[in-house]
Amino acid sequence: MPLVRNEAEIATAARGGSEARTWPGAENLHVSLQNVRMAYGERSVLKALSCGFSRGRISVILGGSGSGKSTILRLIGGLIHPQAGAVVVDGQDVTRLSERGLFGVRRKLGMLFQGGALLDSYTVFDNLALPLREQTRMSPGEIADQVHGILKEVGVTDADDLLPGQLSGGMLRRVALARALIRKPVILLCDEPFSGLDPVSIKRIEALLVGINQQYGITMIVVSHHIPSTMRMADRVLLLLANRAVEGPPERLREGADREVAEFLNEGQ
Amino acid sequence: MANAIAQLGNRSLHVVRGLGNMAAFAASIGLAVVTPPVRPEAFVRELYKLGVLSLVIIVVCGLSVGMVLGLQGYHTLERFGAEQSLGALVGLSLIRELGPVVTALLVTGRAGSATTAEIGSMVATEQLDGLRMLSIDPVRLVVSPKALAMIVVMPLLTAIFIVCGLYGGYLVGVGLMGGDPGLYMASIRTSVDFYNDVEACLLKAGVFGVLVGLIATYRGYTSAPNAEGVSAATTSTVVMGSVVVLLADYVLTALWGV
Amino acid sequence: MNRSPVRDLVVGLFVLAGIVALAYLSISIGGFTWHNHGGLKVYADFSETGDLTVRAPVVIGGVRVGEVSAITLEKDFRARVDMILDSALQLSTDTSASIVTAGMLGDRYIELQPGGEERNLKSGDKILYTEPAMILERLLGQVIYGITKGSDTQPSPSSGPKTKSGGP
Repeated sequence: MPLVRNEAEIATAARGGSEARTWPGAENLHVSLQNVRMAYGERSVLKALSCGFSRGRISVILGGSGSGKSTILRLIGGLIHPQAGAVVVDGQDVTRLSERGLFGVRRKLGMLFQGGALLDSYTVFDNLALPLREQTRMSPGEIADQVHGILKEVGVTDADDLLPGQLSGGMLRRVALARALIRKPVILLCDEPFSGLDPVSIKRIEALLVGINQQYGITMIVVSHHIPSTMRMADRVLLLLANRAVEGPPERLREGADREVAEFLNEGQ
Repeated sequence: MANAIAQLGNRSLHVVRGLGNMAAFAASIGLAVVTPPVRPEAFVRELYKLGVLSLVIIVVCGLSVGMVLGLQGYHTLERFGAEQSLGALVGLSLIRELGPVVTALLVTGRAGSATTAEIGSMVATEQLDGLRMLSIDPVRLVVSPKALAMIVVMPLLTAIFIVCGLYGGYLVGVGLMGGDPGLYMASIRTSVDFYNDVEACLLKAGVFGVLVGLIATYRGYTSAPNAEGVSAATTSTVVMGSVVVLLADYVLTALWGV
Repeated sequence: MNRSPVRDLVVGLFVLAGIVALAYLSISIGGFTWHNHGGLKVYADFSETGDLTVRAPVVIGGVRVGEVSAITLEKDFRARVDMILDSALQLSTDTSASIVTAGMLGDRYIELQPGGEERNLKSGDKILYTEPAMILERLLGQVIYGITKGSDTQPSPSSGPKTKSGGP
């Protein structure tokens, strides 16, 4: 089913989505960090972070550079291990899993990297077909159908034989998003999906993410530094400040009594 | 003083840990190579990148080394009136030592550094992390075809180097110095024995292939994820690879009892 | 993954070139043969082997018929040389074996001289008639000894012609 694409529909979908959601309860946490301490050598990034991300909601992680936003995504994906604490993904503590165990958990995850992280010597088609070829027994025809299907959903056509280096920034992001979704994950992690894009592309990607969340109920954890889109699409915001983390619905945080938080959220306007 | 000793201890532990990591890495490559699924397309692509693209440098250097051996050898042998042994001199030098060692050094510099740079840049652009998030083992998909190709390519390139070297010696000894062509070839044939010489040469080439393949891929895989890190890793491959090849050459020569 | 039939062909040619080079070095230059010299296994005792090595050729009339497979020391301190020869070879039981040098300073090898007996050697048999290796220094020593001693010198008993070693 094609997703909305024209300007008016984008605006409606975004606004309409945020108002319709309810605030999640603790028992609905799909992913949570419990007392996590993460340091790179001498440099401590997360001190004793506990937070949760609700099932089916869009959560946005905000913070200054070096505050540990991308670190949280990498911890959830099991790409790095914390010095202390637990990272629970759909009921499993990924800090305790071996690489093989992690491969299992990652089936439920899709990650959209900041630079796309597509294999630069493979075509767009081969990049998307790779996990299907490696891990399923689908026939070439079935694989082609699934690849073309997901590409159509993200609005990319006629790019099968292009190499990632030949794609524009927005298109690259969308292809990378398609790859993140091709295994039908239940949790989508996005690392700065809007960075380096022009305002039109930003709105497009935002509408895409919101649409996917509404259609498939995928839990989304998005790291971003773009305040306007955050205010529009987030159900909850996790703001990482110098010595503390603040969590809550975006509007309430912006209008709240905490001055530092309000300032941060107003900076982008 | 105590601080310096502590530093030394720290450094040594660091080196040992590094060796341990490399051994574990080698084991995972070995496992990836022998377990299915097999990836012929990736392997063939690597054979092209590592082998075919190294042909020019191997042929040119092989010819040059052979010609120099011919020239130097002829002048030296002339003093003892032993010009007819030129073939033996060129052949044995190439087959026992120069063939495997010089080939390995050239391959380390060209193909080894290219491999490190390629894997390193994949680390820097998060491509390997991307694969991990798709539950695909990057060692299996990216690293093992490269390592395996290096092992296969080394003996092949060594043989081509040696044949070019023999021809280079021929060009000088027969073409330039006017020696007898039949004598040149006969001299090689009588002095070179398969079991003592050619077998040793192949063994060396194989071992060098394993070592260089391991070092090049490991350095790329563990490089820091930025441009500086990739550059440092590439340099390290060439330096470490060259040193290890020469050390291994000594060990193998001594063990083979030549 | 970009498949390119041209590239596959080039890779194939490269591998072929490498294998041909390897084969040329091994066979044409190195003298590698698949020819299995397995079959007739005989041995002989020598009082002196010189620097005969394992895998040295065994020759009859200039033609290579096998190789030395092992050299060990017997209890009576003679050297036992084991040989593997062509299985089709028929050697009489009074065949003799001598250790010969290729040229003055060359490698040692074994030369077999077939005899006239009707019965032939079987695998595991011993060659009874042997001639030990000639050590150049001893030969020179003899010559010098002979010269300095004068005309009525007898050759020193350090080496002699065909000696019958042990029993059958």
